Amino acid sequence: MSTATLQEKSARVRPPGRPSARGRRPLDRQTLAAWILALPFVLLFLAFSAGPVIGSLGMSFTDIKQRDLRTPFAVNGVGIENYVKALSDETFRRAALNTAYFVVVGVPLTLVAALGAAVLLDRGVKKFQSLFKVAYYLPVVTSIVAIAVIWRFVLSPDAGLLNTVLGWVGIDGPNWLASKTWAMPSLIAMAVWRNFGSAMIIFLAGLQGIPQSVEEAGQLDGAGSWQRFRYLILPLLRPTVLFTSVVTGIGYLQFFEEPFVMTQGGPLNSTVSVSMYTYQQFGFGNYGLATAMSYLLFVVIAVVTFIQFRLLREK
Amino acid sequence: MRRTWWIYLIGVLGLIAVAAPFVWMLLGSFKTQGELLRVPPTWWPQEPTTRNYGDLFGKANFPHYFLNSTLVALVVTAGNLIFCSMIGYALAKLRFKGRNALFVLVMATLMIPGMVTFVPLFVMVTNAGLANSYPGLILPFLVSPFGVFLMRQFFSGLPDDLIDAGRVDGTSELGIFARIMLPLTRPALATLGILTFLGSWNNFLWPLVIAQTEDKYTLPVALALYSTGQNAQNFGLLMAGAVVVVVPVLVMFLAFQRHVTKGIAITGLK
Repeated sequence: MSTATLQEKSARVRPPGRPSARGRRPLDRQTLAAWILALPFVLLFLAFSAGPVIGSLGMSFTDIKQRDLRTPFAVNGVGIENYVKALSDETFRRAALNTAYFVVVGVPLTLVAALGAAVLLDRGVKKFQSLFKVAYYLPVVTSIVAIAVIWRFVLSPDAGLLNTVLGWVGIDGPNWLASKTWAMPSLIAMAVWRNFGSAMIIFLAGLQGIPQSVEEAGQLDGAGSWQRFRYLILPLLRPTVLFTSVVTGIGYLQFFEEPFVMTQGGPLNSTVSVSMYTYQQFGFGNYGLATAMSYLLFVVIAVVTFIQFRLLREK
Repeated sequence: MRRTWWIYLIGVLGLIAVAAPFVWMLLGSFKTQGELLRVPPTWWPQEPTTRNYGDLFGKANFPHYFLNSTLVALVVTAGNLIFCSMIGYALAKLRFKGRNALFVLVMATLMIPGMVTFVPLFVMVTNAGLANSYPGLILPFLVSPFGVFLMRQFFSGLPDDLIDAGRVDGTSELGIFARIMLPLTRPALATLGILTFLGSWNNFLWPLVIAQTEDKYTLPVALALYSTGQNAQNFGLLMAGAVVVVVPVLVMFLAFQRHVTKGIAITGLK
């Protein structure tokens, strides 16, 4: 091996950003190459992600409206007025409650369905495992608009699939989406149906990482299948559960597409979510208020994510 | 082995719950309007008809929306493959100042809701004169933090010896990336490519606000506007439209499903 390779090697193990005199030249070449490779991403990222995030924060302290669309820098600062307005708005609070309802009911249901399906596929259904896996995952890759078209039929009061099935067992199903009580559970059911496959894949990967010997040891000790699951498998899955609950939680806090395509937030705001209401305010031209609401949502997501990490990591 | 049959039964019941709405959509697209409104609903089409598809491709101009969706998805996918693999390699294998800061910044944006950037992005794109244009539809999605994460993870798993060998041979840093390392990431590129294509194909909210005239509609936008506009009661047309939106994605997903599920399992994100 030549000395050049050794030099490169020693340059590699040094922590980044602290070039020594000896390794300076190759490091500079690396820096140059790195920035050439990173440049297109950085430019697009600044323009279409970081820029708008900062712009959003700025806008939330102004009275910008749709009529100021062409002159976004000629608007007045109004301090925290938009935030105060949002928090004292009855519909916004309704939306916050609805979003909380959706997350608190929807996330556990999704995770239970996902974990159930994953255990079923990993331990039970050996033969057609990949067929089941693919089928359960189908809704995740399906357009929400197409899902809405399908589910409007599933949930329609008379000719609907759901009420027809309920009719067989003598239950007279309600008009799901037009009912203040049932609209939200309908959307939750639809969201669970659509999303559980995503968490299922992650659970499957987690389960496959648990060595067979763990279960065998439990079996030798006389533990039944439920006990083995509860006291051996589940604790080992803790990191996976943490991860899926955080990811699903972040997604569900942004609850938007289901009410957007199915109910427009109705009936009587019973399915309006924070994202949905933010979008409505955007539609009304209240840009300042809309961005303030989206920032409030962002803060809640950050806090909830932090709490989830704390809760699930300890104990 | 006594337990096996009912485990399969649960599996199959789950299968039915997931598949029934899809099957109903497919069968429904061949039914007449009258049959779709019948109570109780029929399962198999009694008088099968292809009229819905005829209307869709004749009157409703769906071929054009189909081409729009394909064009946008292809360019977005190409952009993600090129740009995310470039920065992914830099973050994984090259030493430079600000590397960690850049990576943390990219990851942090995964947590920011789309709604936060939505309004300023709309104002910006409109002011740049890009509303109702293909660049307006495409540019905000050319890179994704998910893609960066995926590519960085994959590059990290490749041995450094290859890079050293390239340097000894006098290959430039960019040459090492393009000629030695990039060809090794084909599985990761396939994963990122298929996930990006699916995501772009299904993308809805942004195209809905940016595409203002019919000639710029993508398939989901067209379907959404049909299902709320004057065609809202034409259920056969909507079913056929949903089939046209869903079937290409299903075929593609089935062909590449191994890559899709691997990508989800590696990164945990869609």
